[in-house]
Amino acid sequence: MALKITLITGRTINQGVSIENKTGQDYLKATACCELNSKNIGILGREPGSNVRVKTDYGEVVVTLKENEGNPDSIGFIPMGPWANAVVDPDTRGCGMPGFKGIPADVEVTDDKVLLMKELIAGYK
Amino acid sequence: MTVITDALCPFCGCLCDDISVVVEDNKIVDVKNACKIGASKIRGHHRIKSPMIRDDKNSDFKEVSYDEAIDKAAQILAGSKRALLYGWASALCEAHKKGILLAEELGAVIDNTATVCHAPSALAIHEKGVPTATLGQIKNRADVVIFWGCNPVHSHPRHMGRYSVFPRGFFSGKGRRGRKIIVVDVRKTNTAGIADEYVEIQQGSDYLIISALRAILSGHEDVVPESVGGVARKDLLRIAAILKEAKFGTLFFGMGLTQSKSRYKNIDNAISLVTELNSFNKFIMMPMRGHYNVTGFGQVCTWETGFATAVDFSSGAPYYNPGETAANDLLYRKEVDAAMIIAGDAGAHFPANSVRELAKIPVVQVDPYWNPTTEVANVVIPSAISGVELEGTAYRMDGVSLRMRKMIEPEHLADEEILDRLIARVREIRGE
Repeated sequence: MALKITLITGRTINQGVSIENKTGQDYLKATACCELNSKNIGILGREPGSNVRVKTDYGEVVVTLKENEGNPDSIGFIPMGPWANAVVDPDTRGCGMPGFKGIPADVEVTDDKVLLMKELIAGYK
Repeated sequence: MTVITDALCPFCGCLCDDISVVVEDNKIVDVKNACKIGASKIRGHHRIKSPMIRDDKNSDFKEVSYDEAIDKAAQILAGSKRALLYGWASALCEAHKKGILLAEELGAVIDNTATVCHAPSALAIHEKGVPTATLGQIKNRADVVIFWGCNPVHSHPRHMGRYSVFPRGFFSGKGRRGRKIIVVDVRKTNTAGIADEYVEIQQGSDYLIISALRAILSGHEDVVPESVGGVARKDLLRIAAILKEAKFGTLFFGMGLTQSKSRYKNIDNAISLVTELNSFNKFIMMPMRGHYNVTGFGQVCTWETGFATAVDFSSGAPYYNPGETAANDLLYRKEVDAAMIIAGDAGAHFPANSVRELAKIPVVQVDPYWNPTTEVANVVIPSAISGVELEGTAYRMDGVSLRMRKMIEPEHLADEEILDRLIARVREIRGE
């Protein structure tokens, strides 16, 4: 079953700490995740730390579930980085800025693995 | 062992200038006063050791000399018809000036990381101007501080301690107790956790809420519905009263405004709100700039070309029209035939659609670190870390220019020298 969310992307402190070390595990852990509140995670029937596939009109990506009780129902947050950018809206609506926030998305459980940075970018070549 | 005091942190737009570092054998062994992010950057990470080139992006790189890599990069750029020179936020102003010269020489488009950050703010400010101040004025005077669509606890960890929430200033002797803190966001962030007023809004409704506050402040609360963007009218009335009663109000804003629906029009409306508040009191606003010298690129580009970013030199004169000349628009329309990514990481921070396009064209990377841009590059030129290994000029988020200090000796070329050599080689290739 897919959970329908509005996706936003943005900064976190751990994303910042590892931003100059993007080949490392710390960066993967800090950015390849999707934060939902416990109620939404409960709807998916999985525990934090398990993998989910996030799908939008612009792409799909596998990330790890993370709990954040600050998120209202149906708001998902992926820290900025290659995994978030796999699913954001590339259209700038004529003003230069792509759609990094407010993207309709489906979240579903998966047993597929989270791609490493090099594997993710290799998919674009 | 050498202790360097009063060094500046080269991470975010706060440009904290009270950093101490301990250096032993040209290595930084301790960092004091910096936040977790700043300390991580100053302490350093794995570096790209050698210049590298490859023709096939699916093959391994071959290590080469700086001369060979710069020659290859110059061949790519000199042979392009519509090159994009992108990044610049982690470089010093001295390098920005050279980058703009290279763009002019090539007839290229030059854009910086603001394009995925605060370029919509620059666009709105072009239309209306902006009432603003320095961080020092805010520290010494602000009694009402709004954080709208930004989360400094995570993105600018010392901002609240040094400038905006906790410090005691000349006219703000009570520090935190003397300030009313308002956070407007779509989710309860850690910054919202320390606020006096947290206003949770529906995603994408910023423009509506700003308009409702403007209606209330102009005496037309009767036209405001019972609920606007998920916020009850009574709460909007309370917030409007706090804004009106401020002696010195400050609106800090972030990507929640620039990246949500309405983009630059959110900022345009916020400028109108703050301008109108000045009929009651003193009120200013400031974008929470991310990279430590993203503001500097805007300054240099403006004095060199007349525009802050997304400048197209293809006609021989600077031309600016975001939506047409911004990096992601050019990549979306598949217009670019070569790119140089310097002191910024388009591979990590552009939408997949743009990275796919970068993967198809020749890409030159100038950066200290291996990152997603490296994965789509043909030529990689490792550079020294500005603000750690190089001194020079940077601009804080409030537009105050500060001199970055060198902490250790570089083992790689400076951005400025790489650009000088690129410009010279491009001129040779073009027979000038």
